[in-house]
Amino acid sequence: MSILVDKDTRLVVQGITGKAGTFHTQQCVEYGTQVVAGVTPGKGGLLWENTVPICNTVKESVQEYGANVSVIYVPPPFAADSILESIEAEIPLVICITEGIPVRDMAEVRHKLNQTSVKTRLIGPNCPGIITPGQCKIGIMPGYIHKPGKVGVVSRSGTLTYEAVWQLTQNGLGQSTCIGIGGDPINGTSQKDAIQLFNEDPETEAIIMIGEIGGNAEEEACKYIKEHVTKPIAGFIAGASAPKGRTMGHAGAIISESGAGTAEAKFEAMEDAGVKIALNPSKIAETLMACYSG
Amino acid sequence: MNIHEYQAKELLKDYNVPVPKGFSAHDEDGIDSAIESLDASDFIVVKAQIHAGGRGKGTFTDGFQGGVQLCDSKDKAKETALKMLGNHLVTKQTGPQGRKVQTLYFTEACTIDHEYYLAILLDRESAQTVIIASTEGGVDIESVAEKTPEKIIRVSLSQDLGLKAHHCRSIAFQLGFQGDQVKAFSKLLYGLYRLYLEKNAEMVEINPMVTDKDGSIFALDAKVSFDSNAVFKHPDIAELRDTNEEDPKEVEASEYNLNYIALEGNIACMVNGAGLAMATMDIIKSYGGEPANFLDVGGGANEEQVTAAFKIIVSDPNVKGILVNIFGGIMKCDIIARGIVAAAKNVALSVPLVVRLEGTNVEAGKAILKESGLELTPADSLAEAAEFITQKVSA
Repeated sequence: MSILVDKDTRLVVQGITGKAGTFHTQQCVEYGTQVVAGVTPGKGGLLWENTVPICNTVKESVQEYGANVSVIYVPPPFAADSILESIEAEIPLVICITEGIPVRDMAEVRHKLNQTSVKTRLIGPNCPGIITPGQCKIGIMPGYIHKPGKVGVVSRSGTLTYEAVWQLTQNGLGQSTCIGIGGDPINGTSQKDAIQLFNEDPETEAIIMIGEIGGNAEEEACKYIKEHVTKPIAGFIAGASAPKGRTMGHAGAIISESGAGTAEAKFEAMEDAGVKIALNPSKIAETLMACYSG
Repeated sequence: MNIHEYQAKELLKDYNVPVPKGFSAHDEDGIDSAIESLDASDFIVVKAQIHAGGRGKGTFTDGFQGGVQLCDSKDKAKETALKMLGNHLVTKQTGPQGRKVQTLYFTEACTIDHEYYLAILLDRESAQTVIIASTEGGVDIESVAEKTPEKIIRVSLSQDLGLKAHHCRSIAFQLGFQGDQVKAFSKLLYGLYRLYLEKNAEMVEINPMVTDKDGSIFALDAKVSFDSNAVFKHPDIAELRDTNEEDPKEVEASEYNLNYIALEGNIACMVNGAGLAMATMDIIKSYGGEPANFLDVGGGANEEQVTAAFKIIVSDPNVKGILVNIFGGIMKCDIIARGIVAAAKNVALSVPLVVRLEGTNVEAGKAILKESGLELTPADSLAEAAEFITQKVSA
């Protein structure tokens, strides 16, 4: 019924004693996620909220407590290093919530992830996390808006994902897994990667893809969809009305060989790949329901 | 974060990139001493310093032509400078209101033999540093790429090895440099690369890079921008920020860590999350309205930030209606509600306000708004909120 995380996931929280780390870990524990350890360097040996053991390093959480997924709430100056620490501890799945990581730091992380010896998958940064409704919530999304079911949701935006999920739930359509891949220009899992996972998951029957203007993540996903995906799929692109010229401009625009990432270019790719397009953000679920009844 | 040409040139000089001798000035005394410091026998170029391209072809709002001017004497240079200082320069990038000129830059003029283009930046798709060069400089590089893509030289650098001597030589030969020029260009490019690396620049661009009649190579204009998320690592770069170049509301928003962009319309919006904020603008437009701003209060905003955000959007005199759209995740609805109530108590709210709350602590948030006695309209969905506010504003 899901991809990447489920009731057997054993989570370690990096930055568990910080304000955001504490609040959201409480919410995840309440939802039923198995939080097996936390990491705050210097506080190893203590207990978080009298329940979860704190480690000094990620490696310790793997060796002592069998952690197999990590989530990161570490502040931006140190977050990329936290991702690298998890990769070196060979955690298979790392989810980075932190927003505002220097892009050069993320270039280093991407370089590491591209090495063939690295098996870790990164989700994020600057993302809400991942949830398999009814089983495991990792990140900052409100749990109650979700409902177990068969629609896979992937999105570059946090709150816009909640919007789409809430529409699905209100219309009686549950979700297999919802992934926020994050809004940063350099990230781990792409739209295409997530859609491939949903396509290969026998329990996911339909897919929603939510994108934004800029970059070419949606265009790349559409190439894959056109060749491989027969499941019903609907999409929305935020920013069709956004003013131009707030991006890097000049050479930034020409180095992208795939085009400028406009909403029009993305709509064209989606049309070509057979993705049903929602033009109004309050009609995302409705658009999917025109080709999928659940 | 962008900086001025004169600041960029100072940085280039620190990294051994040759630039024409030049001095900046902010007032009349400064103008006198800057001009005095230049060689009397040369022509002087007077350049208005604003964060926008197309200055040379720009026009001041009083009709004075050209934000970059060649002057044949020191007197002429001073006269020109005084006409520019405090005047508003309109270019293709500034919008019709133009940008107030508060700094001038005086440089020695030189004879130009050929104009080239050179830039270093991070390609976000491949996550690699890329060098872009062309024999066609001094013009819009996008149009060169579009019309004559074969004239764009593009070299990607590996994360491990960075810029090597052979890259520099190869680009030098492709640009047609010969003899000592190859060495001189390599030194220039390497200096530019070190600046890009050490100061965490997002992009360093020299357009044009020129050769003079003796074949010497130098940077005639320069543009350097920085990753705002990395500026904390470089206090010297943070000091180069010129808030005169930014919308005052955007400056205030940045002090509270809010992401605000002023727009032309009359429906203000306050949203959490950039994607939802863009989608909220999209839906306002689809109901025939025009958004007055983009405002993302972010993931973990506190009551003080929400109050500041609300004050900033109502301070825009064009605003005829407000739409608050919050889907709480990391952001809790009760915090948003308390911020709105605190702000509304301080400003006399005279325009319709529609609030749509959903997500974490939504019931507490709705209760706070209800008990406050504020005049506002609650909405259950984004569509309902957008429809309501566009109708109110157009009525």
